[in-house]
Amino acid sequence: MSALSRREVATNRAHFDARRLRREFPIFTNHPELVFLDSGASAQKPRAVIEGLAEFYANDYANVHRGVYQLSARSTDRFEEAREKVRAFLNAADEREIVFVRGATEAINLVAQSWGVSRLRAGDEIVISDLEHHSNILPWQQLCARCGIRLVVAPTDNTGGFDLAAFKALLSPRTRLVAVTHVSNVTGALLPVERIVRLAHDRGARVLIDGCQAVPRMPVDVQALDCDFYAFSGHKAYGPTGTGVLYGRYELLAAMPPWQTGGGTIEHVAYEHTDFAPPPQRFEAGTPDIAGAVGLGKALDFIEALGRGHILEHEEALTGYAVDRLSRMPGVQLLGAGQRQLSVLSFDLVGVHPHDVGTVLDQHQVAVRVGHHCAQPLMDKLGLAGTVRASLGIYNDEADIDRLIAAIAAAQEMFQR
Amino acid sequence: MMDLRELYQDIILDHGRHPRNFRALEHPTHSAKGYNPLCGDRVTIYLQLDGDRIEDVSFDGRGCAISTAAASLMTEVLKGKTLAQAHALFERFRAAVTGSDPGELPETLSEDAERLEPLTGVKAFPVRVKCATLPWHAFEAALKGDADPVKTE
Repeated sequence: MSALSRREVATNRAHFDARRLRREFPIFTNHPELVFLDSGASAQKPRAVIEGLAEFYANDYANVHRGVYQLSARSTDRFEEAREKVRAFLNAADEREIVFVRGATEAINLVAQSWGVSRLRAGDEIVISDLEHHSNILPWQQLCARCGIRLVVAPTDNTGGFDLAAFKALLSPRTRLVAVTHVSNVTGALLPVERIVRLAHDRGARVLIDGCQAVPRMPVDVQALDCDFYAFSGHKAYGPTGTGVLYGRYELLAAMPPWQTGGGTIEHVAYEHTDFAPPPQRFEAGTPDIAGAVGLGKALDFIEALGRGHILEHEEALTGYAVDRLSRMPGVQLLGAGQRQLSVLSFDLVGVHPHDVGTVLDQHQVAVRVGHHCAQPLMDKLGLAGTVRASLGIYNDEADIDRLIAAIAAAQEMFQR
Repeated sequence: MMDLRELYQDIILDHGRHPRNFRALEHPTHSAKGYNPLCGDRVTIYLQLDGDRIEDVSFDGRGCAISTAAASLMTEVLKGKTLAQAHALFERFRAAVTGSDPGELPETLSEDAERLEPLTGVKAFPVRVKCATLPWHAFEAALKGDADPVKTE
């Protein structure tokens, strides 16, 4: 059980009380006036995670998978327990399908460098969407430049939403991989990933899903999705920085070569030849972020105690409230309005540069992200230098949205007189 | 809370909304681009030099209120200056916005330095200092003949 008492969890279930939940996050005790609307970039950490890291270092820390002494065995157990927690969290069939990485960026690079380099040939195609983060563009772009593969980009419709028909039309027998985000980090659009997976599999293509924005906010079941790879970052899911997960179907991982080599990846090494360990160790070269993995396990416990169904309900309701308030403000243009959005809202303030909006909001202690959100191709397509992005977490409530609205009004008052 | 009006003084808002010399020169002797990867802001500076005197200077691009006002005010003070005077003004300006010692400035330039004074409010907002210096860096790059955009990062 996390630092939340059972009674508090029961209370949260009956009525999701973000204000009360905030007490579990020391950052809000230290900054009581802070309105944090940048969880899409990185989420704040609950006490259970912060104290969990210290507790692990103080009681059970040693290197893993190496020592014969008891402490090392205990450390290994806790590291592997964290892997099992991730498996259960994603409902993967087997914990060997869970690879610990530094974040979703590394997970996607791993797939590109290992699966991509060993499986793809000149003339093959990779299909991505127009809504991708740079981290789900650049590894494929680099791979294409190296291997003569073609990168195909499925365009969004005129509202900035995913266009399933346009996507379907781009699939061909040459399509070997589809790499798409689950929830857009710019517009919050929820992509129809189940249908994307079915369409791709019908063509014999593999599917990678970037789950960074989805994992902290909604139930994710990789078996139900039937995807081949699923990546997420721990720090966006209330866990420590430097942690992340790649889920890969076991038979795929088992056939993939290591992408980084070194200690921990091997079964036997001779100068002439090396036998590599089976997954996941094959992909975890060097001493991993052991405490980070344990901390990520604590974060997932924390999320599970609240219930992902309840989190989704809370964030969808709050998204609805924010969309309603923002779309009623004159001079505010919300991206992707009219489609199903979750927790990530980008907008343009007519006549005011996002950087100036960010400074005014900061003075009102409202923390948002301004700029291109690592999605420059999408910004170029929309003809925007950047946007203001507010993204929600479990600790946000309607009062935070009201403060955001008031700060936007102050920015308009300053620049639009 | 720092006073936002220290940063966004009326003169800044005015130049941000109605930038002066906001146009491309048809046949510049020098030009260069400035780019801030953090926010995607772009500015191009155009120069018409006659010997070492700045006969004309202008800019275009897109940017925030601070960078637009900084570029606009810069073009106003640079027109008619010698390159040595322009460098002296930039050094003075850079010192003022980063809060370091501004040093001595020739009497003849004190009025120009005063015109740039409203921009020095950025020193209380460290993440915005680069917005104010971007057009000046692009100006220097134009003189050096840099083909690649000068970047703030």
